[in-house]
Amino acid sequence: MVNASQVEAVPSKGAIPQAKPYEYVLEIVNARKEFPGVVALDNVSLRVRPGTVHALMGENGAGKSTLMKIIAGIYHPDAGEIRLRGEAVHLATPLAAQEAGIAMIHQELLLMNSMTVAENIWIRREPRNAFGLVNHAQMRQMTTELFDRLNITLDPDAEVSELSVANRQMVEIAKAVSFNSDVLIMDEPTSAITEKEVAHLFEIIRGLREQGIGIVYITHKMNELFEIADEFSVFRDGHYIATHPSADVTRDDIIQMMVGREITQMFPKEEVKLGDVVLSVKNLTLDGVFQDVSFDVRAGEILGFAGLVGSGRSNVAETLFGVTPASSGSIEINGKTVSIKTSHDAIKLGMAFLTEDRKETGCFLPLDIQENAQMAVIHDDFVKYGFVQEAKLEKVCLEISQKLRVKTPNMHECIENLSGGNQQKVLIGRWLLTNPKILILDEPTRGIDVGAKAEIHSLITQLAHNGVAVIMISSEMPEVLGMSDRVVVMHEGHCTGILDRADANQVAVMDLASQ
Amino acid sequence: MTTHTATTPNATLEAPSKRRLPQEVSILLVLFGIAAFFEVLGWFLVGQSFLGNISRLQIIILQVSVIGIIAVGVTQVIITGGIDLSSGSVVAMSAMVAATFAQDANWPKIIHPALVDLPWFIPLMVGLAVGAAAGFVNGWLITKTKIPPFIATLGMMVSARGIARWYTDGSPVSGFTESFAMLGNGMGRWAPVVIFLVVAAVFHIVMRYTRFGKFTYAIGANPQAARVSGINIESHLIKVYMIAGLLAGLAAMVAIARIKTAQAGMGMMYELDAIAAAVIGGVSLTGGRGRITGTVIGALILGVMLSGFTFLRVDAYYQDIIKGAIIIVAVVVDMHRQNKRSKKT
Repeated sequence: MVNASQVEAVPSKGAIPQAKPYEYVLEIVNARKEFPGVVALDNVSLRVRPGTVHALMGENGAGKSTLMKIIAGIYHPDAGEIRLRGEAVHLATPLAAQEAGIAMIHQELLLMNSMTVAENIWIRREPRNAFGLVNHAQMRQMTTELFDRLNITLDPDAEVSELSVANRQMVEIAKAVSFNSDVLIMDEPTSAITEKEVAHLFEIIRGLREQGIGIVYITHKMNELFEIADEFSVFRDGHYIATHPSADVTRDDIIQMMVGREITQMFPKEEVKLGDVVLSVKNLTLDGVFQDVSFDVRAGEILGFAGLVGSGRSNVAETLFGVTPASSGSIEINGKTVSIKTSHDAIKLGMAFLTEDRKETGCFLPLDIQENAQMAVIHDDFVKYGFVQEAKLEKVCLEISQKLRVKTPNMHECIENLSGGNQQKVLIGRWLLTNPKILILDEPTRGIDVGAKAEIHSLITQLAHNGVAVIMISSEMPEVLGMSDRVVVMHEGHCTGILDRADANQVAVMDLASQ
Repeated sequence: MTTHTATTPNATLEAPSKRRLPQEVSILLVLFGIAAFFEVLGWFLVGQSFLGNISRLQIIILQVSVIGIIAVGVTQVIITGGIDLSSGSVVAMSAMVAATFAQDANWPKIIHPALVDLPWFIPLMVGLAVGAAAGFVNGWLITKTKIPPFIATLGMMVSARGIARWYTDGSPVSGFTESFAMLGNGMGRWAPVVIFLVVAAVFHIVMRYTRFGKFTYAIGANPQAARVSGINIESHLIKVYMIAGLLAGLAAMVAIARIKTAQAGMGMMYELDAIAAAVIGGVSLTGGRGRITGTVIGALILGVMLSGFTFLRVDAYYQDIIKGAIIIVAVVVDMHRQNKRSKKT
């Protein structure tokens, strides 16, 4: 006899051959997911066959991550259906998805670093001895068997914190396999590992494929697509575009599918007579992050920075602004070589930097609007004998927030209570108060509504018109192409090209961004 | 395109916002509530008025003064998102070192025979300097070695106590000059209260109206954003911890001048009382929120409670149990308030 608790402990599928044959191991049918203000997925479908590697392609923000989170039970679709092995399922929690046979390997690995490899794999399912204590010998044995099956050579007793990123990934994969999962989702597994390690990873993936597992593989890298994927699906702006066998298409076809949108948004781009070179960067390097980045920006110019997330765009901005000082290379402002070791140095040189992440590096959430707006300007101005000149500051902060149309009852509202768009305007205001000559904007319109976006775009145009040199990093292709005079494209820490406005189109940028 | 125009900020009201009362009002009400509680119980249980006894009120505020001076320094440390566990030991260390410079020539047990009958400000300066030095070491450790403030100041707590004992081989120091003793007994015995209120007022102004204060809040609210805004976090934090140490030194001077003796065992648990005063006064342990006025009221609440329980002849053991519970309640209330805030966004 088998008692109930044992039934629960043993995964119910996988071992038992399915009576009913099914064509797709995983099907997403007409899924829709809305977040306040955005439709992240609109009527999206995905079909994965058992024993295949199915790649998901799309630009940043195409909806891949949202879809993955739905499959992994983290988000719940507002409409649509998930079918697993031909049957509709409801995945209430990540645990439910795991128990149903779906394993996900996140881009940021989720292992407990201070525990051993074996402990990580069998957590919550540790084999017990007669006293109900963990049976380490058996656990080691189980891990060794699992590793043999997968052709992984790792010590089950090694502490995870001592392993390389690639080896940690192996542990995650082994853990996923140990659940006898039918579906394995891998989110950009090669983003942080070396080529040799990639080869090993692909071997393991091929082995899993032979065992009949359906693998969903998210990647930005074209060459991987052709090397490992059997089929691929393309997404764009939350829409499903197409599914094809990867043998049938070329690289250019895929790029076309990924960027094929019409640029319908109107950008208030103005032809500005460019002034002298204000900022000149030569061979800027931050060891291990980006190398030999060189470019010039003129007064009145908007220089766009395109590239995938993680290509080093934001790191260049942080280095220019002294947050992470450069290892080598030179920065010239108005023809003079300058040394920027801290953000205060950068501010004194007339630079301003709107950071990428409003909450993490932008807002002082517990403080009010005025305190948020004034923080960069009170180093040298508006201070007498150490005292902040409240009355004067209140006047200029109010002026700037009115100019930027910050919607708020008064300047002493806590910034936490504002919408994302209004928070962003306050942060832009913080930097405009310093009268910058060089303005670096990192994702200036991320996560804010259409109206506020348009306002910020026209503001950027106006600043360029007034002779400010603008560097604008953006993951939104239409924004980069619509606003920029020239576009710098980055890929894996290198500048792969600088396109003039006339030559910059989506295909050209994607081509440089995903070699 | 949006159609509204923003000629006045009120024209674009996003949400009707209630005019919120400052947080201090609610803490003040708690203080009055506790005082009223003891007053009522006093009539029933002891047959006396609690508040009607002026000398009791004076004792409360005198006792609060020493902790209060420390709490002002600790408050700004907590606002940066840090903590200072060393204040009690720094009080003892500053007291022992400074006391040896404050002795009267006629006293039989002189530590430095050549340095007697010095003017009052010499031992005062020594005490402040010792405190500030301890604070500098705290700040330096936290910013240069990146160890958590909890650990850095815990180490200082143990070491400073050791220095206090070592300095005179454990023997207490007494026999202060008249002029030095005035720091604790001058102005009709109100000197400690006056010093406390001046310190509180000065730092209230510093925290609210100076660049230094604004930067302190900024670092606690979001250190990464503070760095990008051009704030030199390292040097600022060292200054903040130095001020906390300096004020612990000042509290030590007031304390020994009042009780006319310095002992290596003094100031025990003062750090916890100071942190409790700040937390009860609404200073958030996660940084970025809190005011000096709140801490002052928090210190008064602690003082009133201590005196009230003694007045009701509640056993000292129970007093500690209740004090601990109140600190926990204050933190729970603070957490609850923050959860409510973060849910809104």
